[in-house]
Amino acid sequence: MIRHELQALTGKVREKQQQYKHRICVCCGASCISSGSEEVLNKLNEEIKARGLEETVEVIPTGCMGPCNQGPLVKYLPENTIYQKVDCENLQRVVQSQLIDKKPLEDLLLFADSREKPFVDAAEDPFFKRQQKIALKDCGDINPDSIEDYLAVGGYQALDKAIFLMSPEEVISEVKQSRIRGRGGAGYPTGLKWETVYKYVSDQKYVICNGDEGDPGAFMDRSVLEGNPHRVLESMAIAGYAIGASKGYAYIRGEYPLAIKRFEQAIKQAGKLGLLGKNILGSNFSFDVEVRIGAGAFVCGEETALIASIEGKRGTPKPRPPFPAESGLWGKPTLINNVETFAAIAPIILNGGEWYSETGTAKSAGTKVFALAGKINYSGLIEVPMGTSLREIVFDIGGGIQHGAEFKAAQTGGPSGGCIPAEHLDVKMDYESLMSLGSIMGSGGLIVMDKSSDMVDVARYFMEFCMDESCGKCIPCRVGTKMMHDLIQKIGERKATRIDLDRLEELAVYVKETSLCGLGASAPNPLLSTLRHFREEYESKIQQEG
Amino acid sequence: MNKITVIINEKKFEVDPHKTILEVCRENEVEILTMCHLKGIVDIGACRLCLVEIEGMNKLIPACTTKVAANMVIRTDTEKLKKYQRITTELFYAERNHVCAVCVSNGKCELQNLGYKVGVDNIRYPHLFPQCEVDTSHPWYVMDHNRCIMCTRCVRVCNEVEGAHNWDVMNRGHQVRIISDFNTPWGESTTCTSCGKCLHACPTGAIWPKAIVQGQLEKNPVMITELIERRKMKL
Amino acid sequence: MKSDTAVPVKEVSKTDPRIKLIAARIKKENYKPDALIEILHTAQGAYGYLPKEVLVYIAKALKLPPSRVFSTVTFYHFFSLKSKGDHTCIVCTGTACYVKGAQAILNKLEKEFGLKPGQVTTDNKLGVAVARCIGACGLAPAVVIDNDVQGKVSADAIIETINEKTGIV
Repeated sequence: MIRHELQALTGKVREKQQQYKHRICVCCGASCISSGSEEVLNKLNEEIKARGLEETVEVIPTGCMGPCNQGPLVKYLPENTIYQKVDCENLQRVVQSQLIDKKPLEDLLLFADSREKPFVDAAEDPFFKRQQKIALKDCGDINPDSIEDYLAVGGYQALDKAIFLMSPEEVISEVKQSRIRGRGGAGYPTGLKWETVYKYVSDQKYVICNGDEGDPGAFMDRSVLEGNPHRVLESMAIAGYAIGASKGYAYIRGEYPLAIKRFEQAIKQAGKLGLLGKNILGSNFSFDVEVRIGAGAFVCGEETALIASIEGKRGTPKPRPPFPAESGLWGKPTLINNVETFAAIAPIILNGGEWYSETGTAKSAGTKVFALAGKINYSGLIEVPMGTSLREIVFDIGGGIQHGAEFKAAQTGGPSGGCIPAEHLDVKMDYESLMSLGSIMGSGGLIVMDKSSDMVDVARYFMEFCMDESCGKCIPCRVGTKMMHDLIQKIGERKATRIDLDRLEELAVYVKETSLCGLGASAPNPLLSTLRHFREEYESKIQQEG
Repeated sequence: MNKITVIINEKKFEVDPHKTILEVCRENEVEILTMCHLKGIVDIGACRLCLVEIEGMNKLIPACTTKVAANMVIRTDTEKLKKYQRITTELFYAERNHVCAVCVSNGKCELQNLGYKVGVDNIRYPHLFPQCEVDTSHPWYVMDHNRCIMCTRCVRVCNEVEGAHNWDVMNRGHQVRIISDFNTPWGESTTCTSCGKCLHACPTGAIWPKAIVQGQLEKNPVMITELIERRKMKL
Repeated sequence: MKSDTAVPVKEVSKTDPRIKLIAARIKKENYKPDALIEILHTAQGAYGYLPKEVLVYIAKALKLPPSRVFSTVTFYHFFSLKSKGDHTCIVCTGTACYVKGAQAILNKLEKEFGLKPGQVTTDNKLGVAVARCIGACGLAPAVVIDNDVQGKVSADAIIETINEKTGIV
């Protein structure tokens, strides 16, 4: 396919979609699938046929819609009415009420316990109203199995624009202007990273999409890959064009078979249409993408470890410098970005860097996807502007704590992050503010805890995770995490003395400062942050001398 | 080659720009402690003993894998670094089962020397006391995992210098172990050439020849460095 | 951490469909050693675990030192050297599931079948394992029984499902 054919095809697809009066979206994100949404999808298709509505009503599977614990979710467009916990029995009632009687079926509308009443237009629900979707836009509205659906919402227009209307320098400058920072955790300015790789001269460069989302409680990348794989693919190609790479790898966790399947399918579809492969859209630019499946190692989220893993080796990190931008995959300049970062690239190219930078705070531009979980009424996936307060996320969007219990802490950044106590509920969720509280943004997992949570045990849980996931290469992390874990456990069992606590604190700082890679350097964070904000819980558990 | 200026512990040095901080320090008799480094084989920055402070960097930097840069201001002797070196050494001792008194390397052991150097008089952390094997299946050599500190010098020397790749590392975290082949006994290895380089690369008493008694082991890691240098010259 | 004693490793059968699958994958990857992990995925998928003779086969085909293969296999949690049982019950212990009672499910499994995570019944009928996070946090606590994800489960319901599938009572 060459350039003008893309525009023609997009027009054709849009025309075809306009034939339908209604679109019913059945959430087929991993969460809803395990609640039975695939059966609902099949049954709904039968129901629509049985009622002879297939000419005017389109039924499609989509990616994640957000409130995962209320699934399976079914959304009716154009009304934008979402029904929760739909099953094969009650779906007939919904169809009858929504499509035939033209009024919403009250008892199945999306609803969290803490709200006064459900909303007919889901956009009115604070869960959606307070969100601003850029990375997740279209996720939940389009069929991830269909490249046509992606084209209809403006898919591959950004790639087209980049290749034909922009020089690589202009693409990079647009990304720089957007001020977007790496969404994988560390928050390094993405534009700067692109520029660095661009500047190295090499016969071969690589683009890697880091989808090794290993934090327990985080499923942002998974939902993006499952809900809108083409967006990530398109953005990878744009990155390839910008830095001068002809080959990309998507490294996806082995635990995410659906994401792998959909991404591999997307690669095939794009290749067939000439949106990937040799001479994309008739230009001189060629770019191929291959999927690499992670094999279960948290440390592979670390850039150098991920590279080792793609090379088929143990995923042990290497000291930096040299950074992957200079010497990465097979020693070649390599650009690594997180899935969520890539998901924002296509809109940035299409709408301009300035447009993106208008959202968010001065130092953290744009939006961030969070995965809400724990003792919260709506658990699921949300996207909010950087700088949104934690209170707004937990109470307005998340619908507050389950059973009206009291909020105790929110854990962000998984095993590399920390706990934010109630007195800091008004903290703005951006890189610097979270760092100043001893936590990190991380990839965006946000676990809410109520008064029943024991913070010493929370620290032990995360330390156990780091201990198991330590690659074992450098001694501070290999032995330090084990020692710290044992000491926290000793405190939890009320067998520890003040000397143990002092030693634990000394070790925590030591491991943080001396470890080889990010895993070790951040492993003490949950411990240090709970020590900082909930010290009394440790104190009450240690034995007094004597 | 144009020299560059670096400042180490407040003293100025004119050095070659392509060298690592460790090389520069050793050439100029600035002491840097190391365990996983063996001159000639690839450095991995794993033992964290060679960490130095560099002005303008918020992290500690391993001297063995970092190259010098013009006007770099390096500190190798701060109280913080000394404190961390001591903790690292203690963790080495606490990790496996090191009993110097009965060890073949007693008196000539790099770990023991390190302990003296950083002033370890007691270990403040609980010993992990892992169950470790002693592999005596090889006709000439013994591999005692109790004394291994996972520096992987044996792995690298076997792979890079001998080209046999008998050794590697299995598992991860504190469960890591050096293995030969498929974790098969050393004596049944299909790849080992019995060259003995790993023995000389090993800094402790973990690998030793059978024909030796306690405290009598002389290792010669410099031999490996010289061998590598000679091969380079031949090329 | 005992090293394997000298049990002679039996050779793989070239006509075994699973070996054919692995061979095809190796060929597709052009015998490139850096495809080791992809090939191990294929082997693990075919066998449910990685028998030693298969590792020997893969090492030879890719011309990789045995220790290099073994070190990679033992690094990644996805790969297993032992059979995980005819039926598997994988309990997610991600943060959300942990908060919502994954431990209670593990305790119940241990009480009912005497299995700790990583263990298999003596008749190899059932294996219990833990996953770090299967990403179904909205459904916490989640358990995967023979590839079926069961969300918001109670310990009793899990026992019942296992009994149905395995016939263990």
